[in-house]
Amino acid sequence: MGKIFNLQQLINGIQLGSIYALIALGYTMVYGIVRLINFAHGDFFMIGAYASYFVIIFGTLRGYHIPVILVFIISIAAGSIAAVLANKIAYKPLRYKPRISALITALGVSMFIEYLFSALPFIGPSYRAFPNEQFIKSKIFEFGNTTISNYIIIDVLVSVGLMIFLTYIVKYTRIGMAMRAVSQDKDAAKLMGIDIEKIITITFIVGGGLAGAAGLLTGVSYPRIFPYMGVLPGLKAFIAAVLGGIGNIPGAMLGSYIMGISETFATSYNSLLGEGIAFAILILVLLFRPQGLLGETVAEKV
Amino acid sequence: MKTVLSLRNVTHYFGGLRAVNNFNIDLPEGALWGLIGPNGAGKTTIFNLITGVYKPTEGKILFEGKDITGLKSHIIVDKGIARTFQNLRIFNELTVIDNIRVAKHFKADYKITDSILRTKKFYNEERRIKEEAYNLLKIFGLQGRMNNLAKHLPYGELRKLEIARALATKPKLLLLDEPAAGMNPREVVSLMELIHSIRDIFNLTILLVEHQMRVVMGICERIKVMDFGETIAEGNPDAIRNDRKVIEAYLGSEGGRC
Amino acid sequence: MRLKRDIKFLLYCLIFYIVIFSLNRYQIIINDYILNIINLSLVYVILTVSLNLINGFTGQFSIGHMGFAAVGAYISGVLTTIIWKINPSNPLNYFLFFIALIIGSIASGLIGFLLGLPTLRLRGDYLAIVTLGFGEIIRTIINNIDYVGGPRGLLGIPKFSNFTVIFIITIISVLVIRNIVFSTHGRAFKSIREDQVASELVGVNTTKYKVYAFTIGAFFAGLAGGLLCHLLQIAHPTQYGFLGTIFVLIMVYAGGMGSISGSIIAAFGLTFLSEGLRFLLRWIDDITPTFTVGIEWRMVVYSALLIIIMLYRNEGLMGKREFKILIPEEEE
Repeated sequence: MGKIFNLQQLINGIQLGSIYALIALGYTMVYGIVRLINFAHGDFFMIGAYASYFVIIFGTLRGYHIPVILVFIISIAAGSIAAVLANKIAYKPLRYKPRISALITALGVSMFIEYLFSALPFIGPSYRAFPNEQFIKSKIFEFGNTTISNYIIIDVLVSVGLMIFLTYIVKYTRIGMAMRAVSQDKDAAKLMGIDIEKIITITFIVGGGLAGAAGLLTGVSYPRIFPYMGVLPGLKAFIAAVLGGIGNIPGAMLGSYIMGISETFATSYNSLLGEGIAFAILILVLLFRPQGLLGETVAEKV
Repeated sequence: MKTVLSLRNVTHYFGGLRAVNNFNIDLPEGALWGLIGPNGAGKTTIFNLITGVYKPTEGKILFEGKDITGLKSHIIVDKGIARTFQNLRIFNELTVIDNIRVAKHFKADYKITDSILRTKKFYNEERRIKEEAYNLLKIFGLQGRMNNLAKHLPYGELRKLEIARALATKPKLLLLDEPAAGMNPREVVSLMELIHSIRDIFNLTILLVEHQMRVVMGICERIKVMDFGETIAEGNPDAIRNDRKVIEAYLGSEGGRC
Repeated sequence: MRLKRDIKFLLYCLIFYIVIFSLNRYQIIINDYILNIINLSLVYVILTVSLNLINGFTGQFSIGHMGFAAVGAYISGVLTTIIWKINPSNPLNYFLFFIALIIGSIASGLIGFLLGLPTLRLRGDYLAIVTLGFGEIIRTIINNIDYVGGPRGLLGIPKFSNFTVIFIITIISVLVIRNIVFSTHGRAFKSIREDQVASELVGVNTTKYKVYAFTIGAFFAGLAGGLLCHLLQIAHPTQYGFLGTIFVLIMVYAGGMGSISGSIIAAFGLTFLSEGLRFLLRWIDDITPTFTVGIEWRMVVYSALLIIIMLYRNEGLMGKREFKILIPEEEE
């Protein structure tokens, strides 16, 4: 069976965590800005995977190799567009209504996207193999007992790169500052002349884009896609965001890596445990530290 | 003279922010005292601490001699402390009379099985509750609206309803948080009379937070002034009116004309 | 007389029952297929009203309701399958069926209690995730227990449910929940929905009441689950997943959060709509040669329906109002 701790699992866990991080960041940013758990976020991830799938297949059928960068851009764009549409059609009208309405609607949007993709004849409910070899040829490196494929390296590098990019935007640009302001106090930000809806839209663009990128990376590394592929990763990424402190960007990253590594180790031990560990983490967090590892307690004003 | 409420060295922090520092009070039975101070001084926090919304970081709260520090709110209400809220917290989608009846819930003497089976006990208790609620609404002149949804009431009546609801819990101590907020001068006068009369009718001790000086100076027997969580003055209305520190706190130092 | 209105209500129910039963006996209009849909609708009435108690009246956000139904279904199903195996012609069997139903419901209520106790202090969004997770965990557990059939489901459940049984139990359930809602306990629930902080500060032990609502809701969901599996003669993990809960949620919202009458209408309306939709889609499928319309399209319609309800009429059909006949007389 081998040692419980081993390098291979750790590396796999980091890969998984990188992907969760891209999804979790979108969740946490949207929650920070509009206090909404966007259940449909996992579906933006799925849309990114399918968008890149179709692009690559299209290219392969026509006989040319679509540049890697372009596919990335397309997957990011697909995620962003889906997010903006969801916001515009379903979330914006409910912005000032009771939160429960928005939550139920998010649920509805998620289901709608999933079933729509499942029902559309050219997509369909069954698994499809993602053409990762046509996209980037796989290469395996070996170090003793450990194998690292180039996909893992790509996943981690792209993830970390995007996270650094995001952190730069949030910390050092005016838009990032506006985003932080809106998430702290919407009314004050409005009084400072910040266009709230624009900032919200930008947040959805960024969040959706990251999810879309994660979709592409997942297609490449775990090359099976299907319309419901966003459900579990979405849920786990959300739990990771809660673990780190919902609304907190570094927290989402931290929580995701903890989630990815724990899940990988748990699965290697016992597959049922692997399924349940995400919920176990959630319950532990909610019972013992509901504000998350890096979050602050926000008391309700009475 | 019995002391109804005592706060001993109560200090409360919200994270790193100290909202209340070393607050002390000994409220005698039947008193009508005021708590004033600029916005953010900590007045509502004191109310929240007394009613168990927060547990004080340091210090003790005693009600009728017994320690109630850190107890859950509904237990504190059961012991006899009730309050109203700065920003009205009425049950909007419930009728006026139901708002009162909820406040009588914790003294309702029947179980869920009685509700399900509609026993005689159920009907008797419901009748008693309804009658008590109606009589209480009558004192406030709200009985005509009793079957209207609360959200349809005009603002002034909502404020009265909130006081009525607090009284429905049969408290010994009533905490009023800015009861005159948003009222026109005529309503304010009527409110002042109301507060006096309920103190007598219901044998209450009242602690009142208010910004409108007319109310405070008009009905409070003694006033405590807070600023930045500290108590900066205490005394009868005349003393407070002329206290330098109080004037500075409200207007800024040296007259404060910008 | 005090109970005049309730007697009127029961009379209407009796008339409904006699009409449906007679028509079905002679297979006029109400053939067995339609009767089955009516039976399903009644089960959904219980599910919707019980979920409404938690979400609509008490304002909590529970989205794992079918998990409770699963507990009731599987436990009562296992018990009756055992009884049936022991002696299929035992005259006591029917009586034992009711015992099994009760046991299943109590178990379900107990699970609701145990789940509610630690989780009901969580904020709305978090409670949603936890209840969602709970529903999935139950489904996963059932899927992995071979004794109850695992992924194949629990088969061969004796058909103890019929129109009469389901109808009577539905009426009882509705009246019980109605009686709870129109009482001091119901007012306590509603006050929690309106403003939990204020509720606590007028003496309501909000945690206790949230757990109450949860437990009672879970109990009736278990009851509905038990009735359902004895109607379909099978209990399958997929019936009790998130999908099923969404269906009930749509009914709660469409009917009106906080309206028992609305829940009843929505339960019937959406169950019939669902069947009608199946025919409609099959018809579209038949007349469009290239475009195959699968069941997924039904779900697309439902999700779109949910979104539309939320956007344009989120108080549902009845809002918080009730039909006069369901309002107890002492309320006026």
